[in-house]
Amino acid sequence: MPQNEHIELFQKRYGFRMDYQERQRKKKAREHKLQSKMAQKLIGIKGKIFAKKRYSEKVQLKRTIKAHEEKKTRKKEDGKVPEGAMPAYLLDRENTSQAKLLSSMVKQKRKEKAGKWDVPLPKVRAQSEAEVFRVLKTGKSRRKGWKRLVTKVCFVGEGFTRKPPKYERFVRPMALRFKKAHVTHPELKATFCLPIVGVKKNPSSPMYTSLGVITKGTIIEVNVSELGLVTQGGKVVWGKYAQVTNNPENDGCINAILLV
Amino acid sequence: MISKRKLSESDEKEEVGHVLAQFKSESGELLESPIDLPLNITTANLQLICNAFVKKSDDEATPYTFFVQDVEVTSNLAAALKNAVLDSEKVLEIIYQPQAVFQVRAVTRCTSSLPGHSEAVISVSFSPDGKQLASGSGDTTVRFWDLNTESPLFTCKGHRHWVLCTAWAPNGQTLASACKSGEIWLWDAATGTQKGKPLVGHKQWVTWLVWEPFHLNPQCRKLASSSKDGDVRIWDVVLGTCLINLAGHQQGVSCIRWGGTGLIYSASQDRTVKVWRSEDGILCRTLQGHAHWVNTLALSTDYVLRTGAFEPAEFGRTQKTLTPEEAQKKALDRYNLVQQVGPERLVSGSDDFTLFLWNPETDKKHLARMTGHQQLVNDVKFSPDSRLIASASFDKSIKIWDGRTGNFITTLRGHVQAVYQISWSADSRLLVSGSADSTLKVWNLKTKKLHLDLPGHGDEVFAVDWSPDSQRVVSGGRDKVLKIWRY
Repeated sequence: MPQNEHIELFQKRYGFRMDYQERQRKKKAREHKLQSKMAQKLIGIKGKIFAKKRYSEKVQLKRTIKAHEEKKTRKKEDGKVPEGAMPAYLLDRENTSQAKLLSSMVKQKRKEKAGKWDVPLPKVRAQSEAEVFRVLKTGKSRRKGWKRLVTKVCFVGEGFTRKPPKYERFVRPMALRFKKAHVTHPELKATFCLPIVGVKKNPSSPMYTSLGVITKGTIIEVNVSELGLVTQGGKVVWGKYAQVTNNPENDGCINAILLV
Repeated sequence: MISKRKLSESDEKEEVGHVLAQFKSESGELLESPIDLPLNITTANLQLICNAFVKKSDDEATPYTFFVQDVEVTSNLAAALKNAVLDSEKVLEIIYQPQAVFQVRAVTRCTSSLPGHSEAVISVSFSPDGKQLASGSGDTTVRFWDLNTESPLFTCKGHRHWVLCTAWAPNGQTLASACKSGEIWLWDAATGTQKGKPLVGHKQWVTWLVWEPFHLNPQCRKLASSSKDGDVRIWDVVLGTCLINLAGHQQGVSCIRWGGTGLIYSASQDRTVKVWRSEDGILCRTLQGHAHWVNTLALSTDYVLRTGAFEPAEFGRTQKTLTPEEAQKKALDRYNLVQQVGPERLVSGSDDFTLFLWNPETDKKHLARMTGHQQLVNDVKFSPDSRLIASASFDKSIKIWDGRTGNFITTLRGHVQAVYQISWSADSRLLVSGSADSTLKVWNLKTKKLHLDLPGHGDEVFAVDWSPDSQRVVSGGRDKVLKIWRY
């Protein structure tokens, strides 16, 4: 078992051996013999671990073979017509039965009382201050460490001007400021690029909310006027909440799902 | 003394105001010259005057309704003008609307329950002449029923999956039915046997079937079908082939309509309504505006196109059989008559709880946006005289709108669960609605109130239809029986 990367280093410097591919192929071809020898020889805890791994591999193999076989033969129609005939206007809709509807109503009332809201991502990992902020050392000899640099994506409103640099404690770099989010409508399954209006709540800390830090699970308000939604009074809906579903600092874009 | 008392009586008689008025038709033509009318004139007298002016050749007087400044004249002219501002220099315009001459009597009782289907009844439809009835169900059969004896006529087997929609050809001889596996079968109405072979081509279930209007082609050869896979196909039923495939929608097409000028309108789940030319399949325009799936469409000329050459007013009398050319001309005349009320309008109902009124032949922008429903709109129907629009929604209410401007008129409440389908009577005075709460309700549009409650079904009512001769209403639902209701 190689202890360091000298093999890779050699390959990087001098390239592969002439017969490298051939040898790899042959080694792989002999592998089954090794495996069967191991299966017979290993005893005790090692044997058990090996046997478990081998069993799961066998199961996977059997599954893929079955899947391949399915494609070859055509499934014969057994002529059974499913139950629950519905007209065409009800087909795409999930109709919950009456009992389920009542129990879900009761559950929803209880949740509202408890203050739990129905969002697509109910639990997200809380971000500690060490993750979100980085210490920015200032001063002539770089000793003062009261400034913090925000390392996550944030939203600053239009008309945002920084505080005078001498006094600003939280530095939000321009590169990490975003104005638009890719918002998916959960029922239509269509994604729109909508401008952000503001950050409503960051689940980790209210301080992040006030700074406008956007991490996974943050509720943001987006401008949906281009979707053309209308209230029952005839007024056009222009702002809706959406929850962020990715880590924007890793991807470079904000993906969110609309809360309808 | 007596003479003095008489004088005092005449003095006490109140001064009746007069107004200079002129009758105006819906299309804007003024009738005769302005006349001086007392303000306490009743609607009956107004009708007499109007009939005298119109001078129709037949001796039966046409009933009219009168509108003054968008307010209907119900008792007398003074009541309608109570809140109105009268300009004494201008001539007051009274807009008159001819109503249907015949009166339809509301259905009151269930004359028979027709069992026979072994699964839920999904679609029912009367033939254009109102003499035949066909129903499609979840047990994959299409059944024809005899209306005189109210018993089964034929059972047509052949589909492999639930029969989702049925459509009668405008000449009343063929029935087309489509199933959930995407096949369309044609049945001969007289014998109950299959005509030709099944039309195959759709990859997912067919959501709507519509025939070419009778006045465009009396042979009834072309049929259009829309499917969940996003295609609209035009078939030739005699040859059994697909003529054109109108592919353009990105998601399933939920409804199509064939207009009287040969345009096909298709509503889809990708939130658009597309207008196509049926001869060559070219997309004319896309009507955008909805924010969610578009569920249903209705054309102002729907009723006329469905009944073709059969005139509802003549159903009582014996009709002579017409040659195809005569029938075509008659259908064209009836179509043009409805066009006088206004050009062909389209209304679309959607999951975003609103409806849009369009003029699809000319405009890309909508005429009106009708908001007010609190749940998705499932069914929309124009009244047969195209003056009213009724929309049924899952919020348990039916809303009535003006057919030309889209203004809201009233809400009809009474159902306790989602309203699935509605159907108008031939004189546009009555409306029947079927709902998930297993009842049907008949609404009177004159009083704008509930007229009758028709309970009796055991489970949700999926399909409702009023026969074009307005004698019967048929309803079918999950309890697997068809019920026929009569006066």
